[in-house]
Amino acid sequence: MFKHVKSRNFLHNFPPFFFLGLEFGSVFREMNSSSGKVYMSTASSSAGWKAGDAAAADQFPAGLRVLVVDDDPTCLMILEKMLRTCLYEVTKCNRAATALSMLRENKNGFDIVISDVHMPDMDGFKLLEHIGLEMDLPVIMMSADDGKHVVMKGVTHGACDYLIKPVRIEALKNIWQHVVRKRKNEWKDFEQSGSVEEGDQQLKHSEDAGYSSSANEGNWKSSKRRKDDEDETDERDDTSTLKKPRVVWSVELHQQFVVAVNQLGIDKAVPKKILELMNVPGLTRENVASHLQKYRLYLRRLSGVSQHPSNLNNTFMSPQDATFGPLSSLNVLDLQTLAATGQLPAQSLATLEAAGLGRPTGKSGLPVPLVDQRNFFSFENPKLRFGEGQQHVNNNKQMNLLHGIPTTMEPKQLAGLHHGAQSMGNMNMQVTSHAPQSSQNNPLLMQMAQPQARGQMLNDSSLGHAPRLLSPMGQPILSNGIAANVLLETGFKKISEPLVIIQFRRTLRC
Amino acid sequence: MEVAQMQRRLVDYTKTLFMEFLGCSVLQLQQLQDESNPDFVVEVVSLFFDDSEKLLNDLSTALDQPNVDFKKVDAHVHQLKGSSSSIGAQRVKDACVTFRNFCEEQNIDATLRCLQQVKHEYYLVKNKLETLLRLEQQIMAAGGSIPMIEMGF
Repeated sequence: MFKHVKSRNFLHNFPPFFFLGLEFGSVFREMNSSSGKVYMSTASSSAGWKAGDAAAADQFPAGLRVLVVDDDPTCLMILEKMLRTCLYEVTKCNRAATALSMLRENKNGFDIVISDVHMPDMDGFKLLEHIGLEMDLPVIMMSADDGKHVVMKGVTHGACDYLIKPVRIEALKNIWQHVVRKRKNEWKDFEQSGSVEEGDQQLKHSEDAGYSSSANEGNWKSSKRRKDDEDETDERDDTSTLKKPRVVWSVELHQQFVVAVNQLGIDKAVPKKILELMNVPGLTRENVASHLQKYRLYLRRLSGVSQHPSNLNNTFMSPQDATFGPLSSLNVLDLQTLAATGQLPAQSLATLEAAGLGRPTGKSGLPVPLVDQRNFFSFENPKLRFGEGQQHVNNNKQMNLLHGIPTTMEPKQLAGLHHGAQSMGNMNMQVTSHAPQSSQNNPLLMQMAQPQARGQMLNDSSLGHAPRLLSPMGQPILSNGIAANVLLETGFKKISEPLVIIQFRRTLRC
Repeated sequence: MEVAQMQRRLVDYTKTLFMEFLGCSVLQLQQLQDESNPDFVVEVVSLFFDDSEKLLNDLSTALDQPNVDFKKVDAHVHQLKGSSSSIGAQRVKDACVTFRNFCEEQNIDATLRCLQQVKHEYYLVKNKLETLLRLEQQIMAAGGSIPMIEMGF
């Protein structure tokens, strides 16, 4: 039959998997066998793979939910078949607009998207941007175009991979790695940087409310391009793995946000107007929209929260708090208590009070502290509660430093805070989150700005033992995977950079 | 002709195609075919034909305009390049590459020539693929099954 063909070209084109196929027998044993695993085209039914589904997880990556977008019907058909052969669950689509609406309707319905670059109705990179902003799914670009420029565009727009057509099945076999990698990085990101991630997938898992269309209005500027422009973006240790820039909702920024919202009235506050009122250079409407959504959820939860004195949950607010307003009465109580115990400087009290009431702080002339409002960040999970006063000291020795902020602090740390708080320029207390004690906490808690960097605020001994905000679940956040790191910036030292915020989300269980 | 003979003929023909024309893709396509989707190859190839012919028509029209819109022409060629490479029509794809280069230069004469070249290659490969499909159909009609190609080196 065939003599051994030595042409390099020929060998190069020869798909390695081809030799490994069962039907083929291992004819080319001496040739380099590729990654080894061959997905045979058996019954095409795929096991559904959803996070948390243990049985299905064993079969991973089978059942990976792939959305493939390509206007070329031939390619689309071939790709679909190949993906099915890999035991993925494939949805195909020949229009970017259709793909987007599919993704929007079913936020958690897909694990990864593969899209062609050149499409008539929408540029593949635009689609990539949209997906990155809204759904934060890994996206693989593909094209017959292998020019460096185009591939670079893929990189800069945040594609997690770029495949050159004709796409071979081996290239598709491993796309699951992007899904895993992305989640892993997000998790790590939590731990280390504690920044807000917009449109995060995990967040969606934990929230019932999907991201509303408020994020979809208007223009779609890539927030990636704004990364360098945003003043609030904090330096992070672990930025290399993340492709999207994070908006850091510092205390000041959030302050401005709340002021704007209150000015407009919570019902009438739309991202565009808020953005205008805030007048922060580099902030996009999408940033505001996403933040607003979280804020709304927080407020909603505030109104729905009821107290559970018996359990270890610390409630953020009392049952009377139907709205943000009444909440403030509780604030006052707590704050006074705290102030009385010397844990909260009196000056802080005033501003906190004002904050609680949503009033500008005429007394101190300080910007409205965001202590209370900050808490909403932690409210993605309805179960999250803030403790009240010193009554609810749970077994982790949570204490409310400020209203609603449970912390674990050693007494000396509190004292340190107190000291720090004395010399306040502005009101905010900084409580950074750290996980000194239990090692299991570490992966899940987000580190706020490293205590070391802001060490002046807490006393020296606190550097390694920054007070930790724990989930009111009575356990370190990990048990639910909810990390609530509340960062309250203590202003007594001039902190030049806004500090990072809170984020929390359910841990991803892989 | 009996089934076994037909099968042998098919195998040989496929291999020739593979070697000379289509590269590994044709075999990949065959591999993708299975019980759940027995007509996969036929479907894909037919799809390719329809799509390509449409593209070639569009290209002819576009190049026929008094003011040629090279962007549009380029887009069409790019698409043809993509689908032909997916199906393994290597020579068509190469012709497309050349075509695109001339599009960039906005060279009318050269692009017209390229179009002819692409068409030529396309019809060649179409011919070959149709033969392949015919062979397969003959086998299936005779009750046989499509043999898996083993490259016995």
